[in-house]
Amino acid sequence: MRTILYLIRKEFLQIFRNKFISKAIFLVPIVQMLVLVPAVTFEIKHIELGIIDNDCTPESRGLVTKLESSTFFRLMFSTFSETEANNMLHNDKCGLVLNIPSGFGRNLGSGKAAPVMATINAINASTAQLSWAYLNGVIGDYNSGIIAENSGGVPSDGFSGIQITNRYWYNEMLNYKYYMLPGILVILVTAIGFMLAGLNMVREKEIGTIEQINVTPVRKHQFIIAKMVPFLLIGLVDLALGLIIGKITFNIPFEGSILLLFLGSTIFLIAVLGLALLLSTVSGSQQQYMFVAFFFMIVFILMSGIFTPFDSMPLLAQRIDMVNPVAYLIRINRMVMLKGSTLHDIGKDLLSLLVIAICFTSLAVRRYRKTA
Amino acid sequence: MMEDKVIIVRNLVKKFGSFVANDNLSFDVNRGEIFGFLGANGAGKTTAIRILSGLSRPTSGEVMVAGYDAGKEPEMIKRNIGYMSQKFSLYEDLTVKENIMLYGGIYGMKLAIIKQRTEELLERLNFRDYANRIISDLPLGLRQKLAFSVALLHEPRIVFLDEPTGGVDPITRRQFWEMIYETAAGGITVFVTTHYMDEAEYCDRISIMNDGKIVALDTPENLKQKYKASTVEEVFIKIARPDRIQS
Repeated sequence: MRTILYLIRKEFLQIFRNKFISKAIFLVPIVQMLVLVPAVTFEIKHIELGIIDNDCTPESRGLVTKLESSTFFRLMFSTFSETEANNMLHNDKCGLVLNIPSGFGRNLGSGKAAPVMATINAINASTAQLSWAYLNGVIGDYNSGIIAENSGGVPSDGFSGIQITNRYWYNEMLNYKYYMLPGILVILVTAIGFMLAGLNMVREKEIGTIEQINVTPVRKHQFIIAKMVPFLLIGLVDLALGLIIGKITFNIPFEGSILLLFLGSTIFLIAVLGLALLLSTVSGSQQQYMFVAFFFMIVFILMSGIFTPFDSMPLLAQRIDMVNPVAYLIRINRMVMLKGSTLHDIGKDLLSLLVIAICFTSLAVRRYRKTA
Repeated sequence: MMEDKVIIVRNLVKKFGSFVANDNLSFDVNRGEIFGFLGANGAGKTTAIRILSGLSRPTSGEVMVAGYDAGKEPEMIKRNIGYMSQKFSLYEDLTVKENIMLYGGIYGMKLAIIKQRTEELLERLNFRDYANRIISDLPLGLRQKLAFSVALLHEPRIVFLDEPTGGVDPITRRQFWEMIYETAAGGITVFVTTHYMDEAEYCDRISIMNDGKIVALDTPENLKQKYKASTVEEVFIKIARPDRIQS
């Protein structure tokens, strides 16, 4: 035990003597939170809109005004030529073209169906779908306004058979920052676990200091634990820093127990550090390690459900995610922060994470060879 | 007098794939002896020293160091030896004191004893001004002396020095060898590899390796007589590079 303390002291001395690392471990979380949280959002504002208005009636102008006045759309141009509009779409001058054919106003006035046509740039499929949904919403709104007018002030809803009202639980305003922030916190902690500890270990190999350690009676688990503890603590400090920034800057709701959040992150960090050290014991150089660690990090993060819904992944991917610590922590963080889940609710995830942590760490200890 | 033999090697073989790095080595090293391990680059010296210090396992043969089997109990050997490799291996970003503290702690020494030894060590090496300096700021000669002292901190029975004076100026080398003599006089066995043939003259016994085999093992005096040479260097050239003599 005393030996571990001496080794941990050495790691801390080295970390804080390194001018770059000692600053980076505090600057990285600040920058990540301030930049990534607002940046990673699926909300779409100011969709660039082009209009072909071949109708030029009060009705068509009314529709355009309605679109213009919503925050979702920004009118870029209005034209009579379909070719011109297509060119604009082609040259990325707009993302959506709405074609209002002549006769639109007349049809609307006489109670007939009044077709319009939307052309959408679908290079980014999710943007296209959202644009379409917003457009639908605005036009639907305009539509029911007209019906209400025509039926003498009675709201159209009075006629419809099914009336839906909805509430979004746990995130009433569908604020994407609330949804992304718990995930960004995970990415932050992941980067620290993966990069710092692993590179530190490989560096000792490259310089040759590890040989001097290997020729002493240090036990393998002592050395591995001493490599984990400092970065575990730094990860937790960064988590706290990230949470404080989230509270101050984005007023993130925090429904659950902070202790539970830190418990989850602690187990998670042990898992990630264990894997990082396992990878570093098989890597011969920092370059090799970076390449392999980066691979795991990208796979873990993209498969974690931070950007895409976990439930719509293929079954095989969901199976693979059973050993993905990032997936567990994303789930745990979101549940605890937004829903206020308790130990009872996330116990199964915590337990799985614990099993992963024990496996990775014991593999790292086993794989680390003092005698080749 | 088995007790006086701190290293016993019988038929040591180490293979890397089909390459034989150590080919059937057999030798003994006595307590308190300065044992010189000579050989050209690639002769297998470092491989042998790594096996003796428990960093590498022998392919076959019997290797007993400080009473423990290098194949089966390398960790027990590590408790009883000191090791200083040709690569400088103290932590360069830690200070002199911090390095001493670390290695003292690793060997399970009590804090009070570490502090006491640190003081003694700084005094003996005349290092007081450097105590809180970072290792990378020290000249190479001082680093090597410090590394040797740190390897002796836990009072091992044997200390392995792998080319300890490589790249060091002649005065510092002289001082370094004085440290080696003091160490051996204190009953600690010194097992040293070197490229400097004048240093080989200072050893009690030397072995010369060539192509993974020990081709000569005796005191410097006896070897010089046997090979009719005036210096160990001549002996070495005659044994290790017979091709040069012929041409």
